[in-house]
Amino acid sequence: MAPHSNGTSPHWSLKSGVHQQGCPELQVLLGITGKDFTLIAASKAAMRGATILKAADDKTRQLNKNTLMAFSGEAGDTVQFAEYIQANAQLYSMRNETDLSPSALANFVRGELASSLRSRKPYNVNLLLGGVDPITDKPSLYWLDYLASLAPVPYAAHGYAQYYCLSILDKHHQPDITLERGMELLNLCADELKRRLPIDFKGLVVKAVTKDGTVEMPFDNDRIVKSA
Amino acid sequence: MSRRYDSRTTIFSPDGRLYQVEYALEAISHAGTAIGILAKDGIVLAAERKVTSKLLEQDTSAEKLYILNDNMICAVAGMTADANILINYARQAAQRYLLTYNEDIPCEQLVRRLCDLKQGYTQHGGLRPFGVSFIYAGWDPQRQFQLYLSNPSGNYGGWKATSSGANHASAQSLLKQDYKEDCTLKEACGMAVKVLSKTMDSTKLSSEKIEFATVGQTKDGKIYHKLWSAEEINQLLKEHDLAKDETAEEK
Repeated sequence: MAPHSNGTSPHWSLKSGVHQQGCPELQVLLGITGKDFTLIAASKAAMRGATILKAADDKTRQLNKNTLMAFSGEAGDTVQFAEYIQANAQLYSMRNETDLSPSALANFVRGELASSLRSRKPYNVNLLLGGVDPITDKPSLYWLDYLASLAPVPYAAHGYAQYYCLSILDKHHQPDITLERGMELLNLCADELKRRLPIDFKGLVVKAVTKDGTVEMPFDNDRIVKSA
Repeated sequence: MSRRYDSRTTIFSPDGRLYQVEYALEAISHAGTAIGILAKDGIVLAAERKVTSKLLEQDTSAEKLYILNDNMICAVAGMTADANILINYARQAAQRYLLTYNEDIPCEQLVRRLCDLKQGYTQHGGLRPFGVSFIYAGWDPQRQFQLYLSNPSGNYGGWKATSSGANHASAQSLLKQDYKEDCTLKEACGMAVKVLSKTMDSTKLSSEKIEFATVGQTKDGKIYHKLWSAEEINQLLKEHDLAKDETAEEK
């Protein structure tokens, strides 16, 4: 029997001495909305303990033409949960010949997280969900965490990245910025993360959602940043 | 032996028909008429009330028009008791969707949910199919104002103007004659009372004999639906010179 197990509970918990895998706080998720787009960025490192297993990990899933979701959290839970949501979004699109709006999807995800939280083995997943409404063409971004909080926000971050990036975005973000300006802000954030995060997160995957769909944006991850 | 294919709802007759479904349709064509007209800025539903009595409490018994959710209403033609079951089902489905997605259910999806239930009685069976047709009026952001008709077989369709119940064939041809593309809600209300006055037995109408409801949009873009009060219906009838003479009311 495991040293900390109480002998009755069959499932893992943090108290029972099983380490959380994947270092959720060290995974970077960023989101920025602008005039007619939503940008989502996620770190490329897949970690296990102190080891980087993969340097080109994609922590995003496209839910439908105009909605993208980025996820961080416990390894295994993240992809399982994201692909479950993705499958449900695609099933809805097939059945109803129309896509769910980003707002409807965010509320659906929140509901799934809320019922998971009250189950025997809750998902440990934090999410950013961004998109452009297919009818109004309005961009939106939603911040969700594993406790099933849901907040619509103009810009967002998860993990330690919050401490470094929210202040930068707070200073520089405007609701009507262009996509170019959005990319500039992401560069500011990436530079600060490289300067201050004590680990190498292997750069960012950046994706932009517009009314025309989702595209991966070219992003220079090789910029050298001098420490403060 | 002639009743061989009548008794089960789910058995085809040799010439490929489901008699129970056809009987249900027949039952509906004896019920009070209901019509719906789609205008560019709203939808009107109107229905004939069959049970009228001086003793009947007017405002507490909406017989044929029901609210399904914040942006959808429906008119019933057929057995009201059956309709109550389906309306309860529809209201639950609409609220469940609202709870899941924090958005109102798209009109066609709600219609389809009800029709899936109705279809079940033509294939998996039960004691009999639901003896009701619905005319649905609703609005959603994707397709704006919409009008649907469904029947006991589980079929449904989208319409610009449609009718159900007694004399629905003649009501339908009147609507076909009078319908104008891009008519306003006010014009559609006028057309609705005119068609009803022609398809109903009595030439002079009153608020006791008909029910009226509209779905529309306020100036600031909000969707509303309204079940009309007796005074409002009488006012409309007066405008179109279809009201029963007030002095002749005393028998």
